Amino acid sequence: MSSLPDTPLPADIELDVRRDFPALQQEVNGQPLVYLDSAASAQQPQSVIDAVSRYQSRDHSNVHRGVHTLSHRATEAFEGARDRIRAFINAGSRSEIVLTKGTTESINLVAQSYVRPTISKGDRIVITHMEHHANIVPWQLVCEQTGAELVVAPIDERGQLDTDALFALLDERVKMLAIGHVSNALGTINPVVDICRRARSHGIPILIDGAQGVPHGSVDVRAIDCDFYAFSGHKMFGPTGTGVLYGREALLDAMPPYQGGGDMILEVRFDGTVYNELPYKFEAGTPNIAGVIGLGAAIDYVERVGTERIATHETRLLDILMSRLAEVDGVRLIGTAEKKASVQSFVVDGVHPHDIGTLLDEQGVAVRTGHHCAMPVMQFFEIPGTARASLALYNNEDDIDRFVSALTRAIKLFR
Amino acid sequence: MSTSTKTAAARQDDHELYRSIVLEHARSPHNFGPLPAATHAADGINPLCGDKLALRLQIDAGQRIKDARFEGTGCAISIASASILTDEIRGLSLREAHGVFDRFMAMLDGDTAATGEPLPRALRALGGVRQYPSRVKCATLAWHAMASATRERGDKPVTTE
Repeated sequence: MSSLPDTPLPADIELDVRRDFPALQQEVNGQPLVYLDSAASAQQPQSVIDAVSRYQSRDHSNVHRGVHTLSHRATEAFEGARDRIRAFINAGSRSEIVLTKGTTESINLVAQSYVRPTISKGDRIVITHMEHHANIVPWQLVCEQTGAELVVAPIDERGQLDTDALFALLDERVKMLAIGHVSNALGTINPVVDICRRARSHGIPILIDGAQGVPHGSVDVRAIDCDFYAFSGHKMFGPTGTGVLYGREALLDAMPPYQGGGDMILEVRFDGTVYNELPYKFEAGTPNIAGVIGLGAAIDYVERVGTERIATHETRLLDILMSRLAEVDGVRLIGTAEKKASVQSFVVDGVHPHDIGTLLDEQGVAVRTGHHCAMPVMQFFEIPGTARASLALYNNEDDIDRFVSALTRAIKLFR
Repeated sequence: MSTSTKTAAARQDDHELYRSIVLEHARSPHNFGPLPAATHAADGINPLCGDKLALRLQIDAGQRIKDARFEGTGCAISIASASILTDEIRGLSLREAHGVFDRFMAMLDGDTAATGEPLPRALRALGGVRQYPSRVKCATLAWHAMASATRERGDKPVTTE
């Protein structure tokens, strides 16, 4: 049974949804699990697990092509999830919701189908210094393929984007601005609305990497006014292998397909093939039906909890986490932007992040360690990596207490 | 790994992974720095974390390791392992060094049937990493660099001229 009532609770009522997540009910290395790695992958509520299980055990069939009952049920559930995704990010049309296997595939799709055919030597793609590798390497590939130049907007010591420097880069040479909504390594929330407004005034198309944006609050792609918005299901309590690319219909319509195969065609002839309508033109092959149905259930769950309540809860916990961490001797916080999501990287004098990670795990505390697929961020701070604690709606103050005392014990071993 | 093993390991006075000898090497690594007279070199990169160790060897005409030094960044396990490695292989012939490599890898694989001389105490202290599968790569980083630098993989027959 879910702990949630049918209608969202007011934002000032303390969030207590831990019991909805079966993975959090276990002991790890003899201690109750404290899961502080949701920015890498979030745990799934029972309702998501049930939705996937129901489909697998009752409705499994291929989508879109069958006339039999199971195929109809599978298609209804799958397309129903697409409708929920559309509403969740306030896209104008379901044609604008392309289902992918993750943020990475969504960004590669835009790089290869939208940018590559229209860019050449002398043109530029602009990103920032705080991007995840998934929002760096696809653009490097396009630059290698076309001779275009990748230009990087700088960040400051707090891990904030230098927006003046970014704006100074925006001119007629720029054919794509690709920027993270929230930095996975630093937690920084970028002012995407302002940035989109500015880019739009130059006629520059914008892609937002929303992998870390969607889990922490409401996202409205029309209010942001971006051209593309990419995110993953598994960071917002859905299954892995699911992702979304929102794209403006006019842009998607003009783009060539990303991959060829079944489902993305209307008619195949050896003398010419007619592509399917949006969004199916970009969805070659049998999709991750179970995963997408699970993602739909995850959105239902998040909406029942309430995105505002989640944001309020996470902001409160982040404040506690940051102040408690700053009190630990030898700890230096990495990523102290004014506007932050509930992600905190840190380093410890004389102790490598990996050793911290192992010693915390022994005490039942799961954090991420390393470069977080953002090696340029580590290069900027001149560190090999960080340990990172990330909070989600199911974390609480007890988790922070356990984490800080486990960290203190870990550091003691090295002193 | 069993829960009880790791819970016991969390006790600071008897840590399975971070034994005192390992921590000593991690805090003050031996043979750390450049080796201008190096004849053989290889970098070990741990893709898990991006850590990089540069191993430098001076090998004489008789295929004996005269000196071994390393530089780089890494966790306590990879630094301690490189420190102990460079201590242990200095003065050995390449054939002997590859023999130590084989026995070290066998220990980390939990291969108790391995034959040959027992490993030196400092190397045995790294045996605790067996219980931490995600950290085995840290312990073997410098060793793979050594194998690569001498163009011999430890799991293949060693041939010397």
